[in-house]
This record gives sequence, C-alpha cells and structure tokens, in this order.
Amino acid sequence: MNPAYTQLLQQDVPLAWYLVLSAALFSLGVVGFLIKRNLITVFMSIELMLNAVNLSFVTFAHQWHAVKGQIFVFFVMMVAAAEAAVGLAIIIAVFRARATLAVDRIDLMKL
Amino acid sequence: MHLILFILFAGFCLAGAINLLLQSHPISSALSLIVVMTSLAVLYLLLGAEFLAAAQVIVYAGAIMVLFTFVVMLLNAGREDRTLGSKASRLIGFPAVVVILSLIATIILHAQELGAARLSEGITTTEELSAVLFTKLLLPFEATSVLVLIAILGAVVLASRGNGENNAKSKEAK
Repeated sequence: MNPAYTQLLQQDVPLAWYLVLSAALFSLGVVGFLIKRNLITVFMSIELMLNAVNLSFVTFAHQWHAVKGQIFVFFVMMVAAAEAAVGLAIIIAVFRARATLAVDRIDLMKL
Repeated sequence: MHLILFILFAGFCLAGAINLLLQSHPISSALSLIVVMTSLAVLYLLLGAEFLAAAQVIVYAGAIMVLFTFVVMLLNAGREDRTLGSKASRLIGFPAVVVILSLIATIILHAQELGAARLSEGITTTEELSAVLFTKLLLPFEATSVLVLIAILGAVVLASRGNGENNAKSKEAK
C-alpha cells in the first residue's frame, strides 16, 4: 500500500476544526435568520444554530473527557423538542389569524 | 480514516446549511436541514458520543423534522417572496457575520491547548452517560420530563384554540 495513503488513513483531526465547523454552521444560521422571509424557515435557522452549539459542546466534552458536556447536549435536545412543538403550534395559530407566513406582514402583536 | 470521514460529513453539513439558505421553498429547506442533522450525528460518533448520535437521529432528524415538514405541508407554504427584505440586514448583517466568523475561527485556530481526535479513543458509552444522568442529575432529568409534558399541553391548546373560536362563531351565525 502506498505510504502516503496509509498516513492519510491514520491522520488525526484537530478538535479546532470541529469548533470552526460549529462556528461556520452557527454563522449560516444567523444569516438564514436575517435573510429568510418565511416564518417556518426562520425557525429552521434557529434549529441550525442550536445544532451548531451542540457540536461545540460535544467537542469540548471529548477534549476534557467529561460526561457532563454530553448530558448538557441531551438536555438541549429535550428543550429544543419542546420548543419546536410550542413554536410550530404558535405558527399554526398565527397562520390562522393572518393567513400569511411572511415575517414582513406579521408586525403587530394585536390584530 | 477519521480525516476522510470528517471532511466528507463536514462538507455535507456545510452544503446542507448553504442549501437551506438558497432554497426558496420551505420543504426543500427542511430536507436540507435533515441532511445537516444526520451528518452531525456521524460527527458525534467520530467524537465518541454514541448515545447522542442515536438521539440526534431519533429526536432531531426524526421527530422534530417530521413536525416541521408536517406543518409546512399543513399550512401549504409556497415559495417565499423576497420583495420586502430589509436593506439593513443585507448591508450590516452580512459583513458583521463574516467578521464574527473570522474572529472566532482565528481565536480557535490559535488556541494551543486543544488536542486532536482519533478513532476508537475517548468513547463515552451509554452506560457511563446514564450512570451520571440517573444518579447525580436525576432532578433536572425529571424536571425536563415535566417541561416536555407542559410543552405538549401548550402545543395542543395553542393549535386548537383557533378551531374552537371558529366553531363558536359558526354556531352564533346559525
């Protein structure tokens, strides 16, 4: 087998790369939150940001061999599930009241 | 092997996230978000978090995204219009995001204490995780179950209230 190929197979990945990937995903979530005009897609961008933060939690748990980092991710997942259920119910209620999902048209608290 | 898997699935993650931004139809955005979440599950496995990888697939890619696609289809959400987008978010938001990302990346890449990850090292088994979760952190765990129960009740109340009012109005009209 080619030695360079063997070296590539045994190469380690620096944990900093995982953190940079997490930062990139978080930034893409922020961009989506800013430019998207659909209420559901804005909500999806928030989920993307939550996932990016979870990745950095797992990375740091691996760095310090700590179980608590992973348990925190577990709690974040549970809270995100609750948040998604309530948020989507609110979106359904807003759609019934306004008949639109465009965030530009939903700018008043009262009808 | 680790490097190849990391590059492959990090690429999937970034491609899915960028596709989420580029698609104008919400259902396409939801499907690309599923790609991001499944690739993140593989990255969790590479970092030795086996329980979280399974939970990521079941909870995020399964339950939450099914909820999203269900709502998109229920509300019949079509293409979004880009006519009313604010200029300020484009002019200030994008440079600010790029600056913040490059700042964070520079700081992280200059940090010396961070180690490296390799396969079959530092794996946290589900047994270790649950030993901590069900002994030291039992109270927060039970509190989370109450939170999820309240969220379910809240979702049912919020989603069904509109229907009830409509029924009341139609009864009055009769």
